[in-house]
Amino acid sequence: MDPNQFEDLENIDIEIPLFLEAIFQKYGYDFRDYSKAHIKRRLMHRMAIGKFNSISLMQDKVLRDKSFFISLLEDLSINVTEMFRDPEFYSSFREQVVPNLRTYPFIKIWHAGCATGEEVYSLAILLKEENLLDRCQIYATDFNRRVLDIAKLGIYPTQDLEKFNRNYIESGGKGRLSDYYTLKYGSLKLDQSLSKKIVFADHNLVTDTVFAEVNLILCRNVLIYFNKDLQNKVINLFYQSLSSSGFLCLGTKESLRFTQLESNFANIDSSQKIYKKRIN
Amino acid sequence: MFRAVVIGTSYGGLDALKAIIPHLSKDFPLAVFVVLHIGDNKNDSFIRHLKKQSKVKIKEAEEKEEIKPGTVYFAPPNYHILIENDSTIALSADPKIHHSRPSIDVLFESAAWHFKNQLIGILLTGLNKDGALGIKEIQKYAGITIVEDPETAIATIMPASAIEIMKPDYILPLDQISKKIIELSELY
Ligand SMILES: C[S@@+](CC[C@H](N)C(=O)[O-])C[C@H]1O[C@@H](n2cnc3c(N)ncnc32)[C@H](O)[C@@H]1O
Repeated sequence: MDPNQFEDLENIDIEIPLFLEAIFQKYGYDFRDYSKAHIKRRLMHRMAIGKFNSISLMQDKVLRDKSFFISLLEDLSINVTEMFRDPEFYSSFREQVVPNLRTYPFIKIWHAGCATGEEVYSLAILLKEENLLDRCQIYATDFNRRVLDIAKLGIYPTQDLEKFNRNYIESGGKGRLSDYYTLKYGSLKLDQSLSKKIVFADHNLVTDTVFAEVNLILCRNVLIYFNKDLQNKVINLFYQSLSSSGFLCLGTKESLRFTQLESNFANIDSSQKIYKKRIN
Repeated sequence: MFRAVVIGTSYGGLDALKAIIPHLSKDFPLAVFVVLHIGDNKNDSFIRHLKKQSKVKIKEAEEKEEIKPGTVYFAPPNYHILIENDSTIALSADPKIHHSRPSIDVLFESAAWHFKNQLIGILLTGLNKDGALGIKEIQKYAGITIVEDPETAIATIMPASAIEIMKPDYILPLDQISKKIIELSELY
């Protein structure tokens, strides 16, 4: 057997941390504690597309070419989302969280890692149907400015409409999804009445800090991209940001299990990953 | 010595897996990862059904879960599954590949990088090209590759697409695949 047959893989494992360090030093974006498997897959593909012979050669490029960095940022920030993704989450939210929110005169909500905003508008629709939206202030954040610009517009291609509709119905929607958008030039535009309660802002979960005290945090399908240490750090940030008895909603495959602050949260719905901050 | 088996399949996959997994013993020495395309459907009922017929441990893969031998991990619907360097499982919500999430290519590629020549890759019946590039990557890093014989597969496209771009170590009819896996798992 060729003793050097795995040399390229061994080199890649040396080069990737150096590459991420270079990006952090140069551009301030910190991917050093993201899931290694995820980063490796993304970088290997970018390397193949760009015909680089090594990660080190690609590092040379990223240090000297900002536009190349921007395309890497797109590779590394996966913006896949949809309206009423995981409909069961929304129906559980209606049952388990909404009655509690009703007791608040004013409700502050933080959507962290909101991508292009579909999830934010979905929750706004739910809150409107529950007559709570007027009492809400929603902060929706992401570290990718391009997706935030799309989120602010609230305009989406109609190709996914069928899926959105199905999800909305399964989520226990009380009206029709078409009550909340208008169709124009093959796109759907969400209603102004929803967006007026939402502020979209740039926030990096790794390098930025608490910016408000909130009653509810949704951060779905973001933590899966982080390693254990970073998950702990970000959950601590959420803990610090939540008011007492505030709610935390994670993605269906994410959980507080094995994290340091697990015991500081109560399980509200263990399959839909809805948690409540304990009073201590 | 091998450490893991990865299996990919789509159309016809339920039957194909039923012809393999129940043959594995309770103390099968390798970890097994399965990507089965089932659209947006849940796979709980299939897993439950398969468990009844099998001795080996079967479960849905969880995020950051530590990999153990003698366990069959199914990718959850709507998530890709990857192998981390510290022998844990990573899930991802990345875009679909070949209209599929989970994608066989994603699992195979990351398993190839991690397990290298200690990996057995198996591609079964299916209606798209997912898995072809992945099994080629497994071969690149000296893993053993087994492709179901398109002649006997319920859907030929998946195994045939692989054979078009690489030369598998074994091309076998479905009923001989479990025997081959067990034989390989007992090597050394
Ligand atoms: C897969 S999307 C999830 C979107 C939505 N929450 C959902 O579940 O449908 C992950 C999002 O997290 C964002 N993200 C990744 N790392 C981040 C960070 N360090 N700070 C803020 N947002 C981040 C990405 O830009 C992306 O939009």
